[in-house]
Amino acid sequence: MRIPCPHCGERPVDEFTTIGTADPVRPEASSDMKDWVDYVYIRNNPAGTHREWFHHVGGCRAWLVVTRDTRTHAILGARTAEEARKP
Amino acid sequence: MKYSVFSLLRNAFQANRNWKPAWRDMSPRTDHVYDVVIVGGGGHGLSTAHYLAKVHGITNVAVIEKGYVGSGNVGRNTTIIRSNYLLPGNTPFYEWSLKLWEGLEQDINFNAMVSQRGVLNLYHSDAQRDAYARRGNAMRMNGVDSVLLDAAQVRAMVPYLDFDNARFPIRGGLLQPRGGTVRHDAVAWGYARAADSRGVDICQHCEVTGIRIEAGRVLGVETTKGFVRARKVALAAAGNSSRVAAMAGLRLPIETHVLQAFVSEAIKPLVDTVITFGAGHFYISQSDKGGLVFGGDLDGYNSYAQRGSLPLVEHVMEEGMGLMPMLGRLRVVRSWGGVMDMSMDGSPIIDKTPVEGLYLNCGWCYGGFKATPASGWCFAHTIARDEAHALNAAMRLDRFATGHLIDEKGAGPTPNLH
Repeated sequence: MRIPCPHCGERPVDEFTTIGTADPVRPEASSDMKDWVDYVYIRNNPAGTHREWFHHVGGCRAWLVVTRDTRTHAILGARTAEEARKP
Repeated sequence: MKYSVFSLLRNAFQANRNWKPAWRDMSPRTDHVYDVVIVGGGGHGLSTAHYLAKVHGITNVAVIEKGYVGSGNVGRNTTIIRSNYLLPGNTPFYEWSLKLWEGLEQDINFNAMVSQRGVLNLYHSDAQRDAYARRGNAMRMNGVDSVLLDAAQVRAMVPYLDFDNARFPIRGGLLQPRGGTVRHDAVAWGYARAADSRGVDICQHCEVTGIRIEAGRVLGVETTKGFVRARKVALAAAGNSSRVAAMAGLRLPIETHVLQAFVSEAIKPLVDTVITFGAGHFYISQSDKGGLVFGGDLDGYNSYAQRGSLPLVEHVMEEGMGLMPMLGRLRVVRSWGGVMDMSMDGSPIIDKTPVEGLYLNCGWCYGGFKATPASGWCFAHTIARDEAHALNAAMRLDRFATGHLIDEKGAGPTPNLH
């Protein structure tokens, strides 16, 4: 797997650390306990396209949102966290 | 046919022409209502079928498997069995599993090559020794065998390790003498044959494509070979648990990750126990064919591909070299990957679901093989009695909402670290 880092270009995956899915959205502090349990513990776990956090620790140290196919490991795109937040 | 030395001799004298298939190759009966349909013909699904039939007398059962029996994780692991757990929710369950392993071959009349050659966890620092002493004491309090060894005792057992490694010197180990290895494929075949002999239908190459639910109650499963009616449906789909559960509208505290394993070319007997490297995550044993079987950590990213990537291969080899430098002279002949149902606290789920008649068995992380007998035994109990056995009472689906987590490693909700 090679990840196209927006800053560094295409780099091998062992330069990165992942903390997994980028889909869950942190609920408001006042939200129901059910929303918090969903956020912390429940996962969509798709077989297919998946957005996930990668940290380029061995490079520019930027946090990226990488879109990847979990069935084939094909990388479909990578944006910085800031870019990924934009609609 | 009962397997014995006599059946072996009788067939040998008939030039081995009269062996029968070990189980009937069935398609699910679509004009019939099963008491239980089990989704997933791996180790856990097949052992569930066996114990449903044997312990609970429920034989009107179908096991539905999308591939062939043993094509998933039961044929992809490193064959280790042990019960060296720390937490109360886990230890009695895994110890029961080990006890079932000890009687398994007589129970299912199948040679699964259960070999209690010991499992040795090495420690490399004073802090790790203390942690292992605590674990060993917790095991003993639950009636599990454990022995804390110092460096000299470990050296006498396995003299070929790199004891004086500059970074990771070996200071001793925690030994579970009753741990060991089992021929993994034989577990699947043996359970399949035992369940079949009591009338269970083993249906291979039949994929479940949907779960039919009406008014909150399960009616059966849609499959590639038609709709199969069932009073109860039991899910044992390992790495595909989230996908199967989604057919019933459930979202699980599970992520699917790939774990790789490796086998070297065959050599003469060298490793006569199971050794784990405590300074990283590496475990090694030797198969009866002579190959060294070993593995390490997950690749770390979500994956449904039954293969991993090269950085992790390099990492595992480095760990192996740190433990046993002579490994560098061997060639690795095969590597493979399995997809693991990693739960959010590293412990499994054997429970009912909010859907009436639907039962769930998942979250085995990469400890599912050793659990195969107890998982099936407890799951069968849960399905037959509609309530958990004391041994799986803590392995609830709702424990994440109630805060009753079973987190052996204390890693938190980070499935790629368990």
